[in-house]
Amino acid sequence: MAAHCEVRKGEYHDSVTLMRVAKFLSQQDGVTDSAVVMATEENKLILKVAGLFGPEVAKATEVDLVIGVQAASGELAAKLVQAAVQELKKKSRTGAGGPRPRSLDSALELQPAANLALISIAGRYAAAEARKALERGLHVMLFSDNIPLEAEVALKKFGASRGLLVMGPDAGTAIIGGVPLAFANHVSAGKIGIVAASGTGLQEASCLISNLGQGISQAIGTGGRDVKKEVGGIMFLHAIDSLLRDPGTEVLLLISKPPHPEVLEKILDKVRGAKKPVIATFLGSPAADPAGNVIATATLEDGALKAVCAVSGRDLREADEELAKAAIAREGRARAEAGRLSEGQKYLRGLYTGGTFVAETQVLAATRLRDLHSNAPFGSSKAASDPLRSRAHTVIDFGEDEFTLGRPHPMIDFSLRNKRILEEARDPETAVLLLDLVLGWGANRDPLPELLPVLNQARATARAAGRYLPIVISVTGTDSDPQCRSKIVKALNEAQVIVENSNAAAADLAIKIAEFAGR
Amino acid sequence: MGEIFEQKLSVINIGLESFTEPFRNRGVPFVQVDFKPGLNLPPELRERLAANSQVIELANRVAMDRILSARPALVGMGLAGDLIPGMRKTRILHAGPPIEWDRMCGPMKGGIIGALMYEGLAASPEEAERLAGSREIEFSPCHEHASVGPMAGIISASMPVFIVKNEAFGNVAYATQNEGLGKVLRYGAYGEEVIRRLKWMDATLYPVLKRAIEKLGKVDLKAIIAQALHMGDEVHNRNRAATSLLYRALAPAIAETAESPSQAAAVLNFINGNDHFFLNLSMAASKATLQAAQLGEGVEHSSLVLTMARNGTEFGIQLVGTGSTWYTGPAPVPDALFFKGYTKADANPDIGDSAITETAGLGGFAIAASPAIVQFVGGEAQDATNYTLQMYEITAAENNVYQIPFLDFRGTPTGIDVRKVVEKNILPFIDTGVAHKKPGIGQVGAGVLSAPPEPFLKAAEGLARGIRSS
Repeated sequence: MAAHCEVRKGEYHDSVTLMRVAKFLSQQDGVTDSAVVMATEENKLILKVAGLFGPEVAKATEVDLVIGVQAASGELAAKLVQAAVQELKKKSRTGAGGPRPRSLDSALELQPAANLALISIAGRYAAAEARKALERGLHVMLFSDNIPLEAEVALKKFGASRGLLVMGPDAGTAIIGGVPLAFANHVSAGKIGIVAASGTGLQEASCLISNLGQGISQAIGTGGRDVKKEVGGIMFLHAIDSLLRDPGTEVLLLISKPPHPEVLEKILDKVRGAKKPVIATFLGSPAADPAGNVIATATLEDGALKAVCAVSGRDLREADEELAKAAIAREGRARAEAGRLSEGQKYLRGLYTGGTFVAETQVLAATRLRDLHSNAPFGSSKAASDPLRSRAHTVIDFGEDEFTLGRPHPMIDFSLRNKRILEEARDPETAVLLLDLVLGWGANRDPLPELLPVLNQARATARAAGRYLPIVISVTGTDSDPQCRSKIVKALNEAQVIVENSNAAAADLAIKIAEFAGR
Repeated sequence: MGEIFEQKLSVINIGLESFTEPFRNRGVPFVQVDFKPGLNLPPELRERLAANSQVIELANRVAMDRILSARPALVGMGLAGDLIPGMRKTRILHAGPPIEWDRMCGPMKGGIIGALMYEGLAASPEEAERLAGSREIEFSPCHEHASVGPMAGIISASMPVFIVKNEAFGNVAYATQNEGLGKVLRYGAYGEEVIRRLKWMDATLYPVLKRAIEKLGKVDLKAIIAQALHMGDEVHNRNRAATSLLYRALAPAIAETAESPSQAAAVLNFINGNDHFFLNLSMAASKATLQAAQLGEGVEHSSLVLTMARNGTEFGIQLVGTGSTWYTGPAPVPDALFFKGYTKADANPDIGDSAITETAGLGGFAIAASPAIVQFVGGEAQDATNYTLQMYEITAAENNVYQIPFLDFRGTPTGIDVRKVVEKNILPFIDTGVAHKKPGIGQVGAGVLSAPPEPFLKAAEGLARGIRSS
């Protein structure tokens, strides 16, 4: 076994390219470990642990690229490092035609009418680019994460002072003027405006609305931290203001995990006396608003339904009736599913790619399932002692750092969740698997070939052990998405997977199955 | 803020390219930025540069005016010892930033050994090496003596030099006669044939050329370079067209002034047999052009690069606005095509004053004009074009005389702005020859490289600190 490292000074590649080449390396014969990373302090630690370290690497800085390979022989390792260098070059040559602009300013020379900068570079560079964009009068959507809180506050104050949107950091999604940004879905145009401090929440609500025949005017993602005390809801409030003014928006839907009380206060103040109905889904918060300025809802589905009712002039109580009816229907289904379980199958196992769903499911399970664990605990759940192993009822967010370091988002790369699905299937205590599948731009373009065989295998594994394993999944998306939701749902149904229209419904069904199983 | 809802969305995407798919799908105008983080300039210095951008811009405009209005011409020849300021028998000039004997690379040491033997100061390589290591010989950069030399860039007192005068400003730059390829002093070779060729150049080439130039009065180098760019040269790694044009200009005068037809033929054949004969003149012309930027008031704090030069150990630059200070960093080893039998392991780190051509908007900056040598940059004409296009991102102006036919006669990117280099982390692109790292072997290949970041970072820091102290 021998290691070979090469430091390429000042060579920068975006994370996708690095991951592509890292994958290339890991697939080569004779490789035991490899890394293609920028030499940040954290990465250096990782390299040290992997035995891919040397004086060269120690001297490298965060603008330098390190390629390290541990292989059967030093010769092979050195050869593969060179192969990786060639792989990296491939990318830079695919952009046919002239060279691309290398800076915001040269891009603006090419397109002076630009009015929005979509920024998804590494967090340590993103704030400076966002600032530049704001200074040049552009609205900003910051997909990047790892931006310091102070930087976020400074950017948002500056943006607000100039009447510019600063969506994010860590804003996964938005829809502006009908155009999906980053991880957004292709939804119908309409009159419901969304402000969300939760990316998956925005996707779920906008898709549900679109699938119910209504549409979205604008959907503004603020990033989850916006409603925390430190940021004070600067952009959340700003976005509410703009949607209240926007003639194309008739109903507002606000989505967030519970805002800080001070921020909530400001939000309620802001919508006081509003001429447009304001629906709010503040997950897990009773959002009691004595003044009655907002209509509080319990789940994303509830919020979407009520927004649809409001915009089509229907009584909101119709939404409650519909939800109640659906819940009753699920009761029968759950009883039937639970009836097929074996002795000892007791627990719900929720494996999620969308963070908001993890919270929503915990909210729904809070009073119904005892002993609920999560790596992203919310409300009364317990923190998972080991995110890699389930214990009793468990819901896992694969978007948390422990699963995403150096990997694409779990909505793109299913490998870790797939592995876990099979582990849960082997566990005799698993009563029901609860999953999400998020479609849309940015998400895995062709999910079925990666997901279906794993689900089939999971059920086969359980069957071989004499168990029946119900799998419940919600599919977030529309038929206009590049993946086409109805095609996906059809294939899942054919594979005997239970598909629900919303996570709230899927979670409720799975919780019910677990409840019956526990009796 | 409501206005974005009423406008047509138009996006600049900085980062993941897959995010542009829905824009393509929806017909939303967008530009993808190939983001690369800037060089790591301390924030307070970056801010200082930003705060003083008007002062810097003004100085750059003054400097750029002078650079663009330069008129370099070959006006005569003479001996280095007689002409070059500060030149004496015990002083050897070399390429790149200052360096002492112990830290010199192989080819530079070889060139110095050769020069000491050529000057008669040492009888053997061993004696020359001892002498060079003693304190009796002084070493000094060509650039600090109004001179330039390719590769090792060795100039000693007895060597004949070209006089290139900037007729617009009167300043003068010097360069030796190019020796040709193979085992030559500039690549660190010092064998008998090297010294013999140098002696022939003194005895035959020099007097014939000197008389021919006197006869002509002058040769307009700016015009030759401009024409050569239209004929496939970038006048750094390719000088075939420029050499031919020079040959055409000189031939009648040589025929008339040579002592014999055989002498004329020997000189003309020598020039004809060396496609790089013009290189030393394109370098001197570039030097004379850039020197002008510092002649006179108004360029203090200019962020334009005055010099890029390498001594085979370090890469050094000077700025128009920071006097004669060198900013240096380790010289990289070029990516190259190697002659048969050699590999990158044989290559010396980058060496030579020839990057003065890039500094003046030629060489790698003009490589789009030179499709014949695209093998050096990846094999496709588009690669060469892209390199030139990228250099516009870091330059202050487009040349008013040097043009690139393929880019619809757009002026070459001219006047490197160190601020843009640092902010965009786009480093100057340089064509270069590659010397063997051991002295005495010579050239092993030719290729390209990007300048290293350190000198530019240090120069930007130096520039920023200088602003505060004034």
